[in-house]
Formats: sequence, structure tokens, C-alpha cells
Amino acid sequence: MGAEFVQFSLTPILIGTLAAIACALPGNFLILRRQALIGDAISHVVLPGIVVAFLLTGTVAAIPMLLGAAGAAVVAVILIEAVKRLGRIEPGAAMGVVFTTLFAGGVLLLEQTDTSSVHLDVEHALMGNLESLIWFRATGWESLLDPAALAALPPELGRIAIAAALVAVLTVVFWRWLKIATFDEGSAQALGIPAAALGFGLVITAAVAAVAAFDAVGSIIVIAMFICPPAAARLMTNRLERQIWWSVAFAVLSAVLGYVFAGYGPLWFGSTNAVSAAGMIAAVSGVILGLACLYGPHRARVGAGREDAA
Amino acid sequence: MSALLDALLLRAGYNAALVAVGAGLLGFAAGAAGTFLFLRKRALVSDAVAHATLPGVGIAFILMVALGGDGRSLIGLLAGSAASAALGLLLIEWIARRTRLAEDAAIGAVLGTFFGLGIVLLTVIQTMSAGRQAGLESFLLGSTAGMLFQDAVVIAVGGTLAVVATWLLRRPMTLVAFDAEYAAAMGFDVRRIDLAMMGLVMAVTVIGLKLVGLILIVAMLIIPPVTARFWTERSGRVIWIAGAIGGVSGYVGAALSASAPAMPTGPIIVLSAAALFVLSLLLAPGRGVAAAILRHRRFQARVHRRQGLLALARQEPIREPYTLRLLAREGLIRPDGVPTEAGRAQAAKVARDERRWDIAREVHQDAGLTGRYDGLTPIDRVFTADEIADFDRRLGPPALVEGTA
Repeated sequence: MGAEFVQFSLTPILIGTLAAIACALPGNFLILRRQALIGDAISHVVLPGIVVAFLLTGTVAAIPMLLGAAGAAVVAVILIEAVKRLGRIEPGAAMGVVFTTLFAGGVLLLEQTDTSSVHLDVEHALMGNLESLIWFRATGWESLLDPAALAALPPELGRIAIAAALVAVLTVVFWRWLKIATFDEGSAQALGIPAAALGFGLVITAAVAAVAAFDAVGSIIVIAMFICPPAAARLMTNRLERQIWWSVAFAVLSAVLGYVFAGYGPLWFGSTNAVSAAGMIAAVSGVILGLACLYGPHRARVGAGREDAA
Repeated sequence: MSALLDALLLRAGYNAALVAVGAGLLGFAAGAAGTFLFLRKRALVSDAVAHATLPGVGIAFILMVALGGDGRSLIGLLAGSAASAALGLLLIEWIARRTRLAEDAAIGAVLGTFFGLGIVLLTVIQTMSAGRQAGLESFLLGSTAGMLFQDAVVIAVGGTLAVVATWLLRRPMTLVAFDAEYAAAMGFDVRRIDLAMMGLVMAVTVIGLKLVGLILIVAMLIIPPVTARFWTERSGRVIWIAGAIGGVSGYVGAALSASAPAMPTGPIIVLSAAALFVLSLLLAPGRGVAAAILRHRRFQARVHRRQGLLALARQEPIREPYTLRLLAREGLIRPDGVPTEAGRAQAAKVARDERRWDIAREVHQDAGLTGRYDGLTPIDRVFTADEIADFDRRLGPPALVEGTA
């Protein structure tokens, strides 16, 4: 746990953890609202958004990319709604049509443009690149107090920290509204809560989290972060407040354990190469969900045990 | 352009021709099999099944290398992918049945976890000496470039088998897709048929891996049925129309992709299907957007025409410009707003029917008949000629509309 840890592992672990938290928070509400697969759709359309942003600006700077991805998420949500209403198609199928088409368009654009000079490729977008986000200037724990070294922190850390903070603040500010609208949309409307706008805002927040996390963990693994920790948390408690805390705890646990297993696990088996950290984080979150399914105190759909346990 | 024509006419080389035919067959099978999923409202289960194939591909590769092969046998890799897809499917069913999580959460959880595991295995394989040129990444987005002859044969044969299986299973699966309870009452084992349906979906997914890739294969299962639904209300036809749409997009997509560089097969096939979808959404008769707009315009015209004629009959001034335009176009009023001969006749008829309805409501307290009054349904479609004659007797002689005589 010396200088090497600070240099190579501290920032990836922090970024992974913050990404997991940023996704898990809106994930709680998406799961309860039966919109879990919106996360799936959003994470797929991030790719075309980034490609279009690159084509328009010609750079791989962070801000245009984020705007492009967020824009693509908004476009996707609007298109899904349009297909659902205009074609009278059930939501799952409408989602499937829209996100696969946009994703295919993104891949085609990417193949058609010459991106050999810049770092933008499909595999990176899909799998993430957590391992490369190292803090090169760090020389040890004392670097945390060294302004020159702190200035050289990977910019992804700042971005995901801002995104996570934004998601957390929004969750707290809209807490009462979200809670009422999630469990009883009818009474939310009776109380004058703009439920439809709130639902749209939730999806946009999820998109922001997905886009910020995309940098670090890639677009597909974001889905696991949206769903696994909140789903596991849902099996632990009947209270929304506790469910949120459980989901944050599971998210942190997945990120830290996943990174450690990916980075150090192969060494225990005598291999010298690390494996994909983002993939391992998703796998760990899945294992946690599996354990919750088997042993979670509130796992049953209907159960006599539920009341005495509560 | 000629390169595309060559590819479409299967003259772009033996492999390309085989791939195009295979893609067409696979598209057909995918569209037909996807219809059953779509009608069961389980379209996105196939997304999880597709993503869940990745760890199987990785494990199969590692196993084959460990057993002394080079690990690139397509059949071996596909068998591995089928095994892990089946495991993913069972896990989704288990989570949805045994816990209180909804099916969508189960789908997302299995999808993300299996894909993450698959990526981990891919990075493991990249570090193996045999894995450097394994090209397993091509399973993500599909690739037919540099495809081996026997791989093309696997796709063509697999596509054919999937079409045959769809044909054999079409009746029980249609029944279950539309009305599972009725099917159960008829003595079909719904669970087994559901299983066969998912098995077919899995087979299509696995065969399509090399061609379309695991991220986009779900589009081959969803877009054709959704598109086909626009063109018919008949259950049996959706399947074959979906199959045809899938087949055409598969064939054209594969040919397009073979005819030019930097045209990845999977995305091109998906975009071909999406183009057909957009066309259908806009132009299909009945369910399409254009047809709906047309219907709305016609309805609007009928309402305005009737209101205009009633106003003429009551000698009230018409101020609504659209009504005036409509009546003028039909020659019912002159440009200065005065009714023509035809206009007065029509107005009298509308006003008379209106009075007949008033009588009808007095005679028939039955809301089933008079409830059909919406101002647009002609009275002779609700009541018989005798009944109308009776209303007319009660009405007395036809009153003259001012200025008719």
C-alpha cells in the first residue's frame, strides 16, 4: 500500500467507485418504476452520441463528447416515446428498435470516418479503460497534499466526481417527489407533483451518470452498475431510505473488490497480466446480486417472513 | 454501384454469395422467431440472451486451446455461446420467479453481469499466446471480412435449419404467443412450447453471432416483427411478413457490406431493417402515421361539412374559414357564402335527419340504438327504412327550408 498503490490503483478505484455510486442512485428508482432497461438503452446510445460529437468538433475533448452523449440520450428517449405512441408498440420493443438502430448508426459512422489518429474505438467504448486512468505524477500518499501532483490527476476523476455529486444532490433535493411519484403516481399527480416531468428528469439524470461513467467503465458495464446494486439492495430491505444506502454500499463494494480482483487476482494464479477491471466490477456486482437472491432477507415476492423481519 | 449489383446478384465471390444467402436465411428465421417473442411481450429477453453468449465464447476458446486445438473452430465457439446463453436465460427465469425483482431488472442484471464476465475472459485470452490473433472481438459487432469458407457454410446451414424449425413449430407457437391460456386449455404444454420458442431464439442468436455480432443480433429479432405488425392484423401473416422483412434486410445488408470497404456487416443489416421500419411506420395502411393523419383529416372534414350544412339550414352565418372553403369546394355555397341549389338540398337533408334523430330518441329509450348518434353516422345505418318512415309520419310533412321554394 505504498507509492505504487497511490500511483496506479488509487485513482482507478476512486473513479470506479464514484461511477458505481452515480449509476446506482438513479438505478434504485428506475428499478422500482420498472424502467430498468432504460439504462440498457441509454448506455447503447452513448456511442453514437460520442461519434457524432467527434465528427462535429473534430476533437476528443471531454465537454463536446459529454454533450454529444447526453444529447443522444435525450434523442433516444424522445424517439422511444415517439415510436411507442405513433406505432402503438409496447415499450420494450420500442426501446429495442430505437437503441439498436442508433447503436448500429454509431458503429457505421465510426467505421466510415478515419479515427486512426485519435483514441476512439469501438472496443474502448464498449469495455472502458479503467486501468489507464493512473495518477502518473504521484510519488506516494504525500502527493495528496502536493498541488503540483494534484493538478496532474486524471481529468476523468474530476468529471465523475462532479457527476456523482450532481446525482446525489438531485436525489436529495427531489427525494420526497421521487418517492411519492415512484410508488403512487396517482397521488403524486393529485398533490400537484409534475410526475411526467419528474420521470423525464430521472431518465436524463441517469443519462448524465451513464455518460460520465462511460469514460471509465465503458458503455455496456454501465448497465450492470445501474441494475445490480439497486436490485440487490431491493432484496435487503422494505424501506426506500435503507435501500438507497444498501445500494451505495453494494456499489462501492463491487467497485473496490472488482478492481482488486482484476488487478491482483491474476497474480494469485501465477499470471502476470491483469484482466479488465470494468468487466470484473460488473461480474462482482452480479455475484453480489446472486447472493442477495439466495440469502437476502426480503427476497421473496410474497412471504410470511417479510413482516416479522421488517 | 456495380459492386453492389454484383454482390446482390451473388457474383462477388463464392464466400460473399454464401454469406449473403446465409444472412438472408438467418434474417428470415430471426424475424419469424422474434415474432413469437414480440407477441409474448418479451422482446428484450433476447437482448440478455445475446449478451450472455460472450462468456461462453471465451470459455470455449480457452477449453479448446487447453485441449490442444487452436481454439478458432466456429462450431466449438458457437456451442460454448449456446451453453452460456442458456444459463443466462435460466437465471433470468429463476430471478423473476423466485425473487420479487421484476423481469426487466433480471434481464438487465444478467445482461450486464455476463457481458462483464465475457470482457474479463477476453482480456484473459488476449494474454494467452494462442489468443493474440483469436479475433474473438469480431463476435461483438460481427464481421464477415476474411471469413473462412466453412464458417460461411455453418451460417448458411444454420440459417436453413432455423427456418425449417420455425416452419415446424409455427402452429403451437402462434397459439401460445396469442393466447397462452387458450393453448393450455387445448392441451398444449405451454411451458415446453415457451422453452422451444426460447430455444429457437437462442439458436438464431448463436448463428448470428459471427454475422451481426452479439450487441446487434437483438435488432434482427425485434425490428422485423415490429415492422410486420404495421402491415397486418392477422396473426399468421405477421410471422411470414416479419420473416420476409428480416430475410430482405439480411440479404441486402450482407450484399451492401460486401460491396464496399468500411461497411461493417452487422450495423448495415440492422440499418436496412431500420429503414424498412421507418417506411412502415410512416406509410403503412391502417396503422401508419400517414394513414392516421389522412383519417384524421377526413374526420375533420366530415364534422366541418355537417356543422356547415346545419348552419345553412338554420340560416346562421358561417365564420369558420375551413368550413367555408370545404363547402365552396363541394359547390354547396357560392364564394360570397350564399348556398347554392345543391347546398340547400344537402342542408335540408341534414336538418331532416337531425329532426328524425330527435324523434328516434323519444320513441326509443334504448341507449343501445340512439347512443350511436354522434352526428356523423347516417340515420339509415342505425334504423330500418320502416322505422324511419314512422319517424317521418310523426314529424309531419317536411318543413321547407327558407328560400328553397
